Amino acid sequence: MAPARPFFTTVNRTMIETRQLCKRYGDLVAVDGISFRVEPGQVLGFLGPNGAGKSTTMKMLAGFLAPTSGSASVGGFDVEKQPLEAKRVLGYLPEGAPSYGEMTVHEFLEFIADVRGLKGDLRDRRLDDTIARLHLERVLEQPVDTLSKGFKRRVGLAQAILHDPAVLILDEPTDGLDPNQKHEVRTLINAMSRDKTIIVSTHLLEEVHAVCTRAIIIAAGRILADATPAELEARSRYHQAVSLTADNVNAAKDALARVADVASIEVDPQDNRITAFPKPGRSIFVAVSNALTSQGVAVRELALEGGRLDEVFRTITLGAIGKEART
Amino acid sequence: MSGVVTVFKRELRSYFATPVAYVFIVIFLILSGAFTFYLGNFYERGQADLQPFFNFHPWLYLFLVPAVSMRLWAEERKSGTIELLLTLPVTMWQAVFGKFLAAWAFIAIALVLTFPIWITVNYLGSPDNGVIFASYIGSLLMAGAFLAIGSCISASTRNQVIAFILTVVICFLLLLAGFPLVLDAFRAIAPQGVVDAVSGLSFLTHFTSISKGVIDLRDLIYFLLMIGVWLYANAVVIDYKKAA
Repeated sequence: MAPARPFFTTVNRTMIETRQLCKRYGDLVAVDGISFRVEPGQVLGFLGPNGAGKSTTMKMLAGFLAPTSGSASVGGFDVEKQPLEAKRVLGYLPEGAPSYGEMTVHEFLEFIADVRGLKGDLRDRRLDDTIARLHLERVLEQPVDTLSKGFKRRVGLAQAILHDPAVLILDEPTDGLDPNQKHEVRTLINAMSRDKTIIVSTHLLEEVHAVCTRAIIIAAGRILADATPAELEARSRYHQAVSLTADNVNAAKDALARVADVASIEVDPQDNRITAFPKPGRSIFVAVSNALTSQGVAVRELALEGGRLDEVFRTITLGAIGKEART
Repeated sequence: MSGVVTVFKRELRSYFATPVAYVFIVIFLILSGAFTFYLGNFYERGQADLQPFFNFHPWLYLFLVPAVSMRLWAEERKSGTIELLLTLPVTMWQAVFGKFLAAWAFIAIALVLTFPIWITVNYLGSPDNGVIFASYIGSLLMAGAFLAIGSCISASTRNQVIAFILTVVICFLLLLAGFPLVLDAFRAIAPQGVVDAVSGLSFLTHFTSISKGVIDLRDLIYFLLMIGVWLYANAVVIDYKKAA
């Protein structure tokens, strides 16, 4: 049974909000007027090239850095005016998952429990639950310094979720993990997402698919896109495109060229994979498949493309950086 | 308050989690003993007091306290835990004060462990234990002032070696503030009032008067003010350097 938390379960209560948030270091503008809100149940993916302002934004939300202008609130508490209240609602994993190396995992988590003011039964329950969720039983009595990168990252995550916070801000939670560990962390985030408000920063686009219900792309300190992963994919020129491999490439190209709604055809010089792009708003999968059959082209594989996030990401962010360079 | 206690406990425990604590305590005990007996002529003086023991404390602290304080914040900055610490629900003051108190308590432990010399002097004669007690208080206060300086310097860099050297230099100047080495430099450029003010900042002057057995309110206030001002600067430095 989940403990009763009437305060946080109120639906549609905005848990994270930034209003024209700015951070300047001298002449350098790291974050340039970012505004967004996140509601409970949402997992917001923060995407952007290195140096885009992701970490700086998260540091301001966590109350580590003071904004140059604008404001931010966590759980309804302004991070500058009520910092302690905001920090109590928040679980934060800083970039690189720092923790005190000379402490054992157990000592470290007990320290966090103390700082978080956890007492008695609740404290024991939360410690047990967190240790079990992140599979830390085996390394409890080891100093953090002696752990592998994967375990260190999990200790950092454990620290962030120990007090069962309503808001989680995770700066690159899967950085440096192997594929299995990445999968575990994503499963964990998904499991927690129902009753929490979560922001995850990453530059792994597959992660956006795996965990996020919404993605914000930032570059040069500004928000360039704010949409669901599916909506972002729909912006890709690969959206609704059909790709295939055939024994006879030329015959396949001829067959594709006869389909009315096909706008262009590309052949990948490396593996001879053919991609047909539809005219805007058209769907060509059925037509392509029929054309190939009627022309008797032997197709080894045929796939409908959903859209490529990495391509959308590049188009959006490179466009912004180019603009920045010109001005 | 609970934030201070939690930070304090963690910090103090971390001293003993590494060999640093044991090395420090052993060196402190050996050096303070060696100075007392060989340089201070403890026996030859034929007096039942701990004057030769306490006389060397300022010089011992000059090198040993910066060794304790250099890691206080520099290490947090280097390993990135400063971001963790300051995003937990503790205020800047609780963090600064908790860490400072832990380092101070650690030095207090080392100081308490010099008790055999107190037993020795009581065995050999009948010293004025009031004076000895006052000297211990004075010594601890002076260590606190050194520490507060060290803590502030440590916050300004992520390099512990730099923190150590800068702290030694600043503490050295403050130790000798009442002596010609420092005063002459000020005499050349500043009016007499400033020179007097600087000479009043000398650690040695204030420590000597306490170690004579007189706990003067002014000396007490001097050391507490010193600690307060440097810790305040410490918090300001952390706030300022966070962004870097």
